[in-house]
Amino acid sequence: MTSDHIVSAFDAELTGLTSRISEMGGMAERLVDESVQALARRDVDAARLIAARDKHIDDMQREIDESAILTIAKRQPMAQDLRTIISAIRISNDLERVGDLGKNIARRVIAIEGLALEGRFIKGIEHIASLSLVQLKNVLDAFASQDIDAAERVWHRDDQIDDLYTSLFRELLTYMMEDPRNITFCTHLLFCAKNIERIGDHATNIAETVIYQATGQNLVDRQTTG
Amino acid sequence: MSAEIKPKMRGEKVSVHYGDKQALFDVDLDVVDRQVTALIGPSGCGKSTFLRCLNRMNDTIDICNVDGHITLDGRDIYHKDVDVVELRARVGMVFQKPNPFPKSIFENVAYGPRIHGFVRHKDEFEEIVATSLQRAGLWEEVKDRLDAPGTGLSGGQQQRLCIARAIAVNPEVILMDEPCSALDPIATAKVEELIDELRTNYTIVIVTHSMQQAARVSQRTAFFHLGYLVEEGNTDDIFTSPTDPRTQDYITGRIG
Repeated sequence: MTSDHIVSAFDAELTGLTSRISEMGGMAERLVDESVQALARRDVDAARLIAARDKHIDDMQREIDESAILTIAKRQPMAQDLRTIISAIRISNDLERVGDLGKNIARRVIAIEGLALEGRFIKGIEHIASLSLVQLKNVLDAFASQDIDAAERVWHRDDQIDDLYTSLFRELLTYMMEDPRNITFCTHLLFCAKNIERIGDHATNIAETVIYQATGQNLVDRQTTG
Repeated sequence: MSAEIKPKMRGEKVSVHYGDKQALFDVDLDVVDRQVTALIGPSGCGKSTFLRCLNRMNDTIDICNVDGHITLDGRDIYHKDVDVVELRARVGMVFQKPNPFPKSIFENVAYGPRIHGFVRHKDEFEEIVATSLQRAGLWEEVKDRLDAPGTGLSGGQQQRLCIARAIAVNPEVILMDEPCSALDPIATAKVEELIDELRTNYTIVIVTHSMQQAARVSQRTAFFHLGYLVEEGNTDDIFTSPTDPRTQDYITGRIG
């Protein structure tokens, strides 16, 4: 924000949107983190509670949408204000999807209850999850501070997650070939890995939105113009 | 501005003084042919002053002094050989408040062609009045009462009558000084629709205090502040990502 609006209620509305995005981001981060922890511990009770919490994130998205629409109708925002509001809508949409993906992991913890497990199967998942969570955390920080360099770093680092996913895919396939009894369990883990990889994609979407919000330019255009 | 876009009018280093007070400082601005150029900025920023330079309306103010060059199709409009009456026929004007003459609807539109003397016969007058009213989107509403006084129309109709009056003399450029500020939203929408249709035949420059109106009707936007032209560019860019922080502050409601 450059300076205050003449109508101070407008500032309050924009700040409200921004702080609710940060709050929603924190909720989505925790949900994913705890889902992966529940997976590692195979804690079905925790997983049920975590999956139920996704509803709060959905509610939050609806609230952000509604107040963004109301602000557009009341203030007819222009330039940076308009970009801030459109960005809030986009980011809350990405975070809602992150919440869904986290919930999906929690549900798989319930689905694999009682299946035989070897600890080494989970290690790769924990690794890719920690990478995705760092991406999510960094992009939310970049959003809060409107730091376009940090957002660009997040955008470039997504390749690491994609590479890790590819190697994890091979690893899980190997376990399945080793012993067909691993197939059910490893297939569930493969879906978890895919969900986590997609959380990384949402982090890069958010990075693009942060850059758009701050500069009015799309990342691809910025890179071609230098 | 890229070379292939041909300016209809061009202002170069335009400075205006009202007595000792300088109202415009070295403004360079092109008006692109058959496009709508919106001039925006807070009250007293010089946008109306610049608009009034384009057809020498400032000549009527004794203490007003215009420096720099303004050209129409490459010819200096302040040159001593220029006939100001002819200039104002080529560069017409529509004002903030509808100001129909206290005459019939027909006479309001026929007045310009009559005083400029380029129409002689009754049926020619009838044709030019009908065409102008049609182009101004007023014909259907008034065709059965052309003898009624123009002042008896509603505000929105009066403004469209004034636009019909302006286009009756077949101008090339139409200047509009806040043409919708006295109109309700429906009448405003009709005038905006009309502006959009008119730009196929005319070059339009509009001063407006409504950011949304500037964003809706214009292709180019120029932002004035304290007598300076701060930023000029494609309307789409100005209202989504302006480059100058002062433009940003003004259009988002941070400075008045």
